[in-house]
Amino acid sequence: MESRREVLKRGGLLALLVGCGALTLEQARAADVPGFDAKTLDDALKTLGGKPDNSKDISITSPDIAENGAVVPIAVTSAVPKTEAIYILVEKNPFPLTAAFVIPEGTDAYVATRVKMGESTKVYAVVKADGKLYSASKETKVTLGGCGG
Amino acid sequence: MADPMRIRAQAKDGVTDVRVLMAHPMETGFRKDASGKTIPPHFINDVKATSNGKTVLTAKWGQAVSQNPFLQFRFRGAKAGDKVAVTWTDNIGETRTDEATIS
Repeated sequence: MESRREVLKRGGLLALLVGCGALTLEQARAADVPGFDAKTLDDALKTLGGKPDNSKDISITSPDIAENGAVVPIAVTSAVPKTEAIYILVEKNPFPLTAAFVIPEGTDAYVATRVKMGESTKVYAVVKADGKLYSASKETKVTLGGCGG
Repeated sequence: MADPMRIRAQAKDGVTDVRVLMAHPMETGFRKDASGKTIPPHFINDVKATSNGKTVLTAKWGQAVSQNPFLQFRFRGAKAGDKVAVTWTDNIGETRTDEATIS
């Protein structure tokens, strides 16, 4: 059985972390998905499993110039055989990793969604196929940022 | 309870094209309201689509997916009349499932 003192100590530590803003409760919940709390592109790639090789078999469909950074349509198609997962990363966002899609067998290696962008930046599509990582990137210019403030 | 999703699924030549529009604020946690207080993050972080008891897509999202998220994907192995169900869960634990018939 735990002594009252130990229980208090542990609770106190958590409260302290939350209290100083080192950890908000929401972040504590979101953090169970690896990579989404990475603040730079390199860190995010590290959690995915290292540096991807460039590939011509991945195509990103996104506007060259997005008028509204809050809604930028992005589609990723992968022609890499045995594609298992598609990740969308927006380089200059506060958290680059935006979306991770797991593609089971029978599903085409194609996803389309809409993302927010704070400023003009490169979009990276990383594809995991047969245990290896491949990537492609495309620059999108944003005339009005989408992260509001 | 969140508003229902709009799901459209169409089968053509053995490939089912699914388009989903979810109703969700997708708050990043970076924005501030009029009084300067930070609006807490509130976003969908988990999406799952199933058809005929088989998972056809799972996704993990961050807060940079746009408000009222749109999602499109394609899968094989279903025909018109089958159902496709989509479930999302957000960071504060709200969840919603909707189902559509493939046409």
